[in-house]
Amino acid sequence: MENLNAVQAKEMIMYIADKIIEAKPMLTEVDSAIGDGDHGIGMAGGLTKAKTKVEKMESPEDVYAVFHAAGKAMLMSMGGASGVIFGSMFMAGAKGMDPVGEIGAEELAQMMKRSLEAIQERGKAQVGDKTMVDALSPAVDAMEASASEGIVPMLTRAEAAALAGVESTKNFEAKFGRAKTQGTTIGFQDAGATSVWIIFKSMKEYAETH
Amino acid sequence: MKKFINNPEDVVSEALTGFVDCYSNYYEKHEEVNGVLLKNRRKDKVALVIGGGSGHEPMFSGFVGKGLGDAAACGNIFASPDPGTIYETAMAVENSKGVLFVYGNYAGDNLNFDMAEELLEEDGVKSTHVRVWDDCASAPKDRLTDRRGIAGDLFVVKIAGAACDAGLELDEVKATAEMARDNLRSIGVASSPGQIPGLDKPTFEIADDEMEYGMGIHGEKGIERTKMKTVDEITEYLYFNIKKDMEINSGDEVCVLINGLGSTTILEMSIAYRKLKELLDADGVQVHDSDINSYCTCQEMGGFSISILKLNEELKKLYDMPCYCPYYAKEGK
Repeated sequence: MENLNAVQAKEMIMYIADKIIEAKPMLTEVDSAIGDGDHGIGMAGGLTKAKTKVEKMESPEDVYAVFHAAGKAMLMSMGGASGVIFGSMFMAGAKGMDPVGEIGAEELAQMMKRSLEAIQERGKAQVGDKTMVDALSPAVDAMEASASEGIVPMLTRAEAAALAGVESTKNFEAKFGRAKTQGTTIGFQDAGATSVWIIFKSMKEYAETH
Repeated sequence: MKKFINNPEDVVSEALTGFVDCYSNYYEKHEEVNGVLLKNRRKDKVALVIGGGSGHEPMFSGFVGKGLGDAAACGNIFASPDPGTIYETAMAVENSKGVLFVYGNYAGDNLNFDMAEELLEEDGVKSTHVRVWDDCASAPKDRLTDRRGIAGDLFVVKIAGAACDAGLELDEVKATAEMARDNLRSIGVASSPGQIPGLDKPTFEIADDEMEYGMGIHGEKGIERTKMKTVDEITEYLYFNIKKDMEINSGDEVCVLINGLGSTTILEMSIAYRKLKELLDADGVQVHDSDINSYCTCQEMGGFSISILKLNEELKKLYDMPCYCPYYAKEGK
C-alpha cells in the first residue's frame, strides 16, 4: 500500500473493529486485574457502532470524513473516559481537514499526532501515567520518524512502539480513573494501552494485505 | 453474585424504562437517549441537569423532581454518559436561561460533560457546571479537585435546584451550588463489595471480619483497612475526620445525611446517627435537618457514609425551600 484511500480507510476501520471485538475477553481480563473490568465491553461496543457507521458510507470519497465518522460514533455511544479518549483517537486528527480522496504515510502520521495532542489536552495524561498515552505517544513518535519509508514500514514500527509502550505500563502506578482501586497496579499492563496496540496491529495487518 | 437481570447488556436501558414507567406520573424518558426528564417542569428558570454512571440508584435519576434536577443523563454502570446523551438530555429541558450541570468529580464525567457543554455552545445554549468533590478521604486538602463525589451530591442538587426555583441567573446558581459544595464534606466506611451486573468478580475483596475507611463508591482504595469495629467507634472516626477537614464550631447549624451504600440497613445507620447526634450535641452544633437513607449506592455494597453540610443564611434559606420527587421530599419552612 502506497496511499490510503477513503474506501480502504473504511475497510481498515471495519477490520480494526473486528479485531477489537475479538479481543473483548482479553481486554476484560486485563482491565479486571486492576480496574473495574468494563474496558473490553466499552471498546467492543464503541467499535461496533463505528463499524456500523462506516459500513453505511457507500463509496466514501474523503479519508478524513471516514475517520471522523468512526470516532464520532464511538464518542457518542461509549461514555466513560474511554469514549472521549478513543473517540478522539479517530476523530480529533481528522476534524476540520479539507476533504481528500487518499492520504500518504506522512498525512496519516500527522493525523495521529493531532489526535494524540487532543487526547493529552483533554485527558491531561502524560507518558508514565499508566494510560493509553503510554502506547499512543511512542507509536506516534515512531510514525513521524519513519513516515518517509511508506505506510507499511511505518505502521510496523508504530505497532512495535505501541507494544513496547504496553509493556512499559507494567512499571507504572496508575494515576487516573478507576484503576485507582485496591493495592498496587505495578506489574499489570494498562487496558487502554493494550487497545491502542491492537488498533495499530490491525492497521498494520490491513495495510500489509491491501 | 446473584443478580435479578436479563441480558447484562440491557441492564441500564431496561432499568430506566421500568423506573420511568413506574413513576410515569412524574417522569418521561428521552425518546433517543438514556435521559430521565421531569414532566410539568417550570419553564422560567435555569435548567438543572444532573447525571453520571448508573448503578448508584437512586442517584442520579431518582433526584429529578420539583425543586431538584429537571433531568438526569444516565451512563452505563459506573461509566459517565456520553456527550450526546448529556447534550440531548439538556436540550430537552433547557428554557433559554442556561443549563447548570451538577455531577460527581470523576475523570470520565468531567471529559464527557465538558464535551456536551461544547456541543451546547455551538447551538448557542449557555451552560456551566459544578463538580462535586465531597469525599474528604479521597485526596488531601491541597488537592481538593482530585477528590471524588459521593453521597454529598444530594445536598448540592438540593441547593442548586432551590436556587433555580428561586429564579437566580445561571452564574448565581453556579456560585450558590459551589458554596454548598465548599461547605460540604463526606466520608464513608465499607464492609463488603458491590458487583457490576454481568461481571463475575466483585468490585473489591475484603475479609469477612474487616472494614475499610474512606473507600469510594466504585470500590476505590480507602485510607485504612482494619478489623470490624463497633458502629459507635466508626461514627466517631468518620466525624473526627470530617472535623479535621472542615471547621465546625459551636453554634454552627448543619444538615446531615447518613447514606447507605446498598446493603447496610436503616436499623444499623440509625445507631450511627444516634452516636453522631451525641457528638454534634457535645460540640454545640445544631442539626437543622437530617436523613438516614440509601441515596447513593454501589449495588449491594455494605457500609455507609456521613455527609455534613454547614449552613449559612443563604444556604439555609434555599435548603428550606420545598422540593419533591418520589425518592426525596422536603416540605419547606
